[in-house]
Amino acid sequence: MSRSDRDSLLLKGLALNEKDAIHFIYKENFSLVQTLIIRNNGTEDDARDVFQEALLVLYEKSQTDDFELTCQIRTYLYSVARRIWLKKLQYLKRFESPDEDLVETVSIEEDLEAHEKRTAQYGVMKAAMGRLGEPCKSLLEAFYVHQKSMVEISAYFGYTNADNAKTQKYKCLMRLKKLFFAEYKPQ
Amino acid sequence: MDQYQHIAATEKFLRGEMSPDECRVFEETRRSNPAQDQLFVEHQLMLDRMVTYAERKRVKANLHDIHQTLQESGDIQPLEKEVQGKLLELWTRYRRVVGVAASIAGVTALLISGITAVFAPKAPITVVEELRRKVSRLERQSSNQRAEINAVRKKIEPGREVSFGGTSFLIDAKGYLVTSAHVLTDATGVVVQNHTGEEFRATIVFADIQRDLAILKIEDDDFLPKSALPYGISRNGMEIAEPVFTLGYPKDEVVYGEGYLSARSGAEGDTLSYQLSISANPGNSGGPVINRKGEVIGILNARQAKAEGVVFAIRSLNIYRLVEEMKDQNLAKGLRLSAASQIKGLDRIRQVRKIQDCIYMVKVLM
Repeated sequence: MSRSDRDSLLLKGLALNEKDAIHFIYKENFSLVQTLIIRNNGTEDDARDVFQEALLVLYEKSQTDDFELTCQIRTYLYSVARRIWLKKLQYLKRFESPDEDLVETVSIEEDLEAHEKRTAQYGVMKAAMGRLGEPCKSLLEAFYVHQKSMVEISAYFGYTNADNAKTQKYKCLMRLKKLFFAEYKPQ
Repeated sequence: MDQYQHIAATEKFLRGEMSPDECRVFEETRRSNPAQDQLFVEHQLMLDRMVTYAERKRVKANLHDIHQTLQESGDIQPLEKEVQGKLLELWTRYRRVVGVAASIAGVTALLISGITAVFAPKAPITVVEELRRKVSRLERQSSNQRAEINAVRKKIEPGREVSFGGTSFLIDAKGYLVTSAHVLTDATGVVVQNHTGEEFRATIVFADIQRDLAILKIEDDDFLPKSALPYGISRNGMEIAEPVFTLGYPKDEVVYGEGYLSARSGAEGDTLSYQLSISANPGNSGGPVINRKGEVIGILNARQAKAEGVVFAIRSLNIYRLVEEMKDQNLAKGLRLSAASQIKGLDRIRQVRKIQDCIYMVKVLM
């Protein structure tokens, strides 16, 4: 299997949030990013956060309709991680010109911009969810994040049937709506 | 349609779970009722965001799990900093701060020393003259003559010159003496002589230039150890104006001197010392300063060159410190100091009579 064939298989797996594919990508590329971060004033934790964020950027890119990766996964992840880390260093005022690059880099500015927008949106929802309170928060997370069925949820939360759980879910969504639009600022 | 029903319908629509008929009704309602359409837009936006929120949470959780697994399996390992050490890294990170701090410190130091130089009183540095005695040619001649007379008893080998003299006193009846370290400068041998003129060979056991103290040990078969010393060595401080006396060898026989404690610190504020007003001459160095209770409170070591009667003595507490240091180095075999005085109630004449047996002249051989 050629490198590009293998990469496209991995990307398909990534797009579906498949554990095996992500595991493989993670294992192959983490140490490269780790070396970059640690050589440039970062810690182990910084390396983990930056690498995971880079993977998230790639994942989000894989969700777009016209998704196409014109370079290797490795190059892409490294470029994104490098950019994220430089921004963070600038923010922390620890900025110094980074060591010479370990691998070639590609332009990822657009992808990062999209990612930052999504991160802001994520933050709004996260804040709204944080204020929602229980049991609504757990109920909504069970449905949307953990993708449980309404039958499972009604059993878990002690509702008599799935319809009751559904009613409860929509009540929660209405509460969330108020909190969400209190946070929401149209861009 | 109330709000619950509406959001439920919106979700159903967005998930593509509506039948074509339901779809048509739903879209028709939106078109005909702008308020319903507005509601739809809101619900769509929020549900959309909920989906992406949930999605990111799932991916993040997945990444977190994978990181954990890879760490446990050892496939990813913490990286040692091979490029630069921690110190170097801190240096590169903070060198500007350090630079600024150092220059501030430098400027401040210069400023302070400048101010000090401008405002400090321009007192002349006290000239202190050590009290060791240069044995004059005359005295040397007389001692040479005596040496010829007492050739049999002489401890000093012929041909060796006695160049300097001082005083020392016993701090342990077994034959340990204390004197001023400067008395022994450049000594190649030491002989001590008591007030009856008997000489004993002695060795330098320990010397502390800083405190100007030295310990000698009489190593001579002719020396008969005493049972106990009449005086004690005081650990305590003294009060100003306390009367004190000393015995020493500014010449070839023991000389008594009397005075008082005039200050609790020595030359230029030296807190290891006292300042005394007492007559002392070269040769008195190393002599004891004794209070009226018969306690040694100091060891004479210097006088101010240009003022008559201003003498400095090292506090006796320093003898204890010295002996402790010797014990640490295993040099003080059997050496024991006593603070108890045996001559407390006696009058001065009887005190001196008892004490003079323990005061020795130090003859330094070069």
